[in-house]
Amino acid sequence: MREFRHLPGVATLTLDRDACVGCGLCPTLCPHGVLVMDGKAVVVDRDGCMECGACAMNCPSGALMVTPGVGCASYILKTWLPRWFPGCC
Amino acid sequence: MCGFVEGFLDTPVGPVPRVRMRVNAADRLGDALARLGSLRREYTVVPGLYCVGSPRPDSPVLATANYKLTFDALRSRLEGVDAWLLVLDTRGINVWCAAGKALFSTAETVRMVRLSRLDEVVSHRRLVLPQLCATGVDGLAVRRECGFQVVWGPVRADDVAAFLADGMQASEPMRRVTFTLGERAVLTPVELYLAGRPLAVALALAVVLSGIGPEVWSPSMAWERGVRAVWALLAGVAAGAVAVPLALPWLPGRSLALKGIWAGAAVACLAPFAGARGLDLAGMALMTVAVASYMAMNFTGSTPYTSPSGVEKEMRRFLPVQISTALAGMIVWVGSAFWRLP
Repeated sequence: MREFRHLPGVATLTLDRDACVGCGLCPTLCPHGVLVMDGKAVVVDRDGCMECGACAMNCPSGALMVTPGVGCASYILKTWLPRWFPGCC
Repeated sequence: MCGFVEGFLDTPVGPVPRVRMRVNAADRLGDALARLGSLRREYTVVPGLYCVGSPRPDSPVLATANYKLTFDALRSRLEGVDAWLLVLDTRGINVWCAAGKALFSTAETVRMVRLSRLDEVVSHRRLVLPQLCATGVDGLAVRRECGFQVVWGPVRADDVAAFLADGMQASEPMRRVTFTLGERAVLTPVELYLAGRPLAVALALAVVLSGIGPEVWSPSMAWERGVRAVWALLAGVAAGAVAVPLALPWLPGRSLALKGIWAGAAVACLAPFAGARGLDLAGMALMTVAVASYMAMNFTGSTPYTSPSGVEKEMRRFLPVQISTALAGMIVWVGSAFWRLP
């Protein structure tokens, strides 16, 4: 996936290394290889994060935080427009 | 009986439907219509417990979504596998999107494990979940609430058989999403389908605008110029919804909206719109570029790599560009009808 990169420096992913218990779930679950294990989890490719939230959802110690969501323009547009406006989803 | 059920297997909780591993012509037609868009809202499988092959109490349990496209993708790749299939009620939405909408969730997984009385059917307490549902499912909570340990399966149904054969181990590539040319190409028909209704409104508006001229509004001009305006808009849709997805890695820029501008400009240059010249051509090209950029931006919802933060940033930057380009295009287009008079 390294050939596909969206805008850099925007992902809301944060990792609290002190809280990490080193279970190794997050590198398994991240579909983009954003995290690896080095005793504890390490964020090695923050700009590869698509904020799907799988890591934070499954982190047993709450060490990972991300504002999860779907990166979909028509969905975001719908949240900006009044409710009566027609749209998808 | 559904076409994909080939019989029933007796279990302590009653007969469990055994599904075919081969998809037939009817399945293929349905899957194609779902890909095209017309069938995708109600293309579902009844949630519950199914099986493939001849599973025993110690056979693995694979959970999946009840979108039939997803169900077909899974069962058609289980040649030689004996397994239980636990189909969750995800309202006919695929695994990843359902997890993002909290439909493929911890609660739904636990509910379906209980409803199907899975603990009476199998002797073990392991449940294989597709990796991408982790966005909505807390594996540890599933174990706490229903006693089944979650084993994270691979991203793609293609890899499930190899995953099971390897003692439920997924290799690194099985854990990563990809976005190959083929994976991008199958997503383009539904983009066109979803563009249908707003596009029809835009085309009608374009024809009305095309009739405006020195004679206030002339039907003959609406026809003559309207055809060209329609072409300009269709070219924009083709550039944004087809060319951008296909040429995604090769178009410059990171924002999809920017990639759409390049694709729209290329199409506007390559297709000189049936002999349009001067201001006519400029107005049409601007409309093409605006539509292409907007359509390309909408493709963010189909990609597996754009984050909501990134898409919002891209939209704040490019929506004003798209709107002003479209307005400029319309003004130049209408203006050109007056300009060409002697």
